Amino acid sequence: MNMNGGQALMKALENEGVDLLFGLPGGAILPVYDPLIDSSIRHVLVRHEQGAGHMAEGYAHATGRPGVAMVTSGPAATNIVTPLCDAYMDSIPMVVVTGQVPYAAIGTDAFQECDTTGITMSVTKHNYLVTEAADIPQVIHDAFHIATTGRPGPVLVDIPKDIVDPNNPRSAMEWYTPDSHDLPGYHPNRAGDSELIRQAAKLVCEAERPVIYSGGGILKARAAEALLELAELTGIPVVTTLMNRGGFPDDHPLCLGMPGMHGNYTAVTAMQEADLLIALGARFDDRVTGKVAGFAPLAKIIHVDIDSAELGKVRRPDVAIQGDCRLVIEDLVKALGELGGNESQPDRNRWRSRISGWQERFPLTYEQSKDDELLKPQYVLEQLRDATPDDTIVASGVGQHQMWTSQYWKFNHPYTWVNSGGLGTMGFAIPAAIGAKAGRPDRMVWAVDGDGCFQMTAQELVTAATEGFPIKVALINNAYLGMVRQWQEMFYQERYSEVYLTRDVPDYKLWAEALGCVGLRVESPEEVGPAIDQANEIDDRPVVVEFRCEAGENVYPMVPAGMSNSDVVVDPSQQDRPR
Amino acid sequence: MSASSGPNGGGTTTLVVRVENKAGVLARVAGLFARRGFNIESLAVAPTEDERFSRLTIVVGVDAAPMEQVVKQLDKLVNVVEIRELNPSASVERELVMVTVQADPAIRGQILDLVRVFQATVLNVGYDEIMVSLTGSPSRVDDFEDLLRPYGIVDVQRTGKVALPKLVKSAPDPLAP
Repeated sequence: MNMNGGQALMKALENEGVDLLFGLPGGAILPVYDPLIDSSIRHVLVRHEQGAGHMAEGYAHATGRPGVAMVTSGPAATNIVTPLCDAYMDSIPMVVVTGQVPYAAIGTDAFQECDTTGITMSVTKHNYLVTEAADIPQVIHDAFHIATTGRPGPVLVDIPKDIVDPNNPRSAMEWYTPDSHDLPGYHPNRAGDSELIRQAAKLVCEAERPVIYSGGGILKARAAEALLELAELTGIPVVTTLMNRGGFPDDHPLCLGMPGMHGNYTAVTAMQEADLLIALGARFDDRVTGKVAGFAPLAKIIHVDIDSAELGKVRRPDVAIQGDCRLVIEDLVKALGELGGNESQPDRNRWRSRISGWQERFPLTYEQSKDDELLKPQYVLEQLRDATPDDTIVASGVGQHQMWTSQYWKFNHPYTWVNSGGLGTMGFAIPAAIGAKAGRPDRMVWAVDGDGCFQMTAQELVTAATEGFPIKVALINNAYLGMVRQWQEMFYQERYSEVYLTRDVPDYKLWAEALGCVGLRVESPEEVGPAIDQANEIDDRPVVVEFRCEAGENVYPMVPAGMSNSDVVVDPSQQDRPR
Repeated sequence: MSASSGPNGGGTTTLVVRVENKAGVLARVAGLFARRGFNIESLAVAPTEDERFSRLTIVVGVDAAPMEQVVKQLDKLVNVVEIRELNPSASVERELVMVTVQADPAIRGQILDLVRVFQATVLNVGYDEIMVSLTGSPSRVDDFEDLLRPYGIVDVQRTGKVALPKLVKSAPDPLAP
């Protein structure tokens, strides 16, 4: 079938099962926006290219399917670099198509030209500069394969204008459906080595104080059920990193919650005291380990990851297994079964009672606001958690509100937590929530955002309003760049430098209304519940609820940067308790 | 782990990397080394017998980073097809050097003596300079360069090392099971 490159691009995207495209047109990508009119793919018109990228990420987080964004060349391509890097750090499957100046003009500093593949080389799993229209079907097929297999990640496809422009003879091509991949150097590993899995099973059977350290790889591998089976078979407690909140249910008796810099005391301390860490799809990130030399000093390590470069990158494992988390866990469960299953596990009652002792002495806690005080953000999040359906999808920005949400929410289902972990991208929440809602219109989607974050990407609420994505935003307004303020309080002798954002400017209620949303403002604890109920009732447009919160609240527990996890600082009200 | 002493004094390892012969692949490899903090001592690139692939011979400073990470991160590049670590004792290594040396007619004979001893080649002769080249093992090339230095090196260009594994010496026993 004869067609032009632009038509081929649309057909190739349709063939990959793409139903939604987040984008914004411009000069170099303009010819592709014509065949888009005749395509089955729905396009969501964003207000800033960064929004398109984060929406694609949110869509991928919530659905497991690759998110797709399409933008033009030059400044549009540079605007989407942040989402690419975010997706690279958090292993989010995403395909970004960028327009490029005509092939013959590349390298001439043409209008809206930039070296997109050069700029994005270090923030993508792979990228392409397509030079011939005839390459488009194969490149798109390969791009989706790379984005979604092995350790998932973002792939960028840069397409010069002339090969998609029907008015240019270089765009003429004959359609073909690729039936294989042209990737001689790409062999994503799947199953784990069975001998290594047997060795791991033996270590599990010998451990007296084991902890399962579960990371984002659980969700990427659709391994939540397998993890549950492993934990219940062995009775081993599970910590869920920031990237795996929801990958193991918070209401399960074996769940210890989030470890790390702002993890809860029990999760942090159980890892410190463990004699075996079973790391599943986790990468020993510095926010989890604290000072590496002092991290889990007594523990042997079983490390399972699809990316062999993670094995031994930070901590030398005793058993390193490269493979897909779901397949390896299933094989580990079988291997444990051969060793006697639950019968093979040593008596761990003493370990369990130490853990429950920590849980009793050091629960998450905060002081309720006094009469003359503004809201406590933790109180707002508890109210929101209790007033929303159990399978609500929560997206967050980055900072104190993100940590409180991860701490206080009860994540009982996988794929309900959408956040920026590795890159820590402020402004992630609103576009990511829109992407999640676009992918899961059946679910209630709340974005929990800070006032600093909100001001970075609020314009995408226009996209939500006009494209029909009725997300809800809980804006934790504490008038500060709160996490930076906390560090200046704790580590810079309360010398506050450039962290005050002002309390009343902008007027968030009016701004929300101007953006096409319902705007609500809450200042006292008794208004919190009714405002959330009101927001939950609204389903025909987005809602922004501004919660006016205390500025001086700190996130606890906290492991100060560079310190050992054994030096975790607990809430001031718990500091006299025996550890 | 194969390691030998490199020009900067620290240990080095030689990687022979087969890559797809596509635009930008060298930039991907070089960019990876730069952003992961790995140190390249030398790099030689050439097409292989199969035009779809090129071969890079990279000498890496092993002190710069754990070698295992270098190899694993390289292996993640989609265009990298195969990586071999070459142990110096199990491989044949060659490097080519071109040197222009000051050579007054009065001392030119001494330089030509060195050229004869090393079985090097005279490439070009000027009225007070001479250009010579040598292909040999990296240590032999080092020696040659050191011996020429007192005469006054005007210009020197080394290619960086290339290497292939040594061949098996004993034929398999035809009677072996």
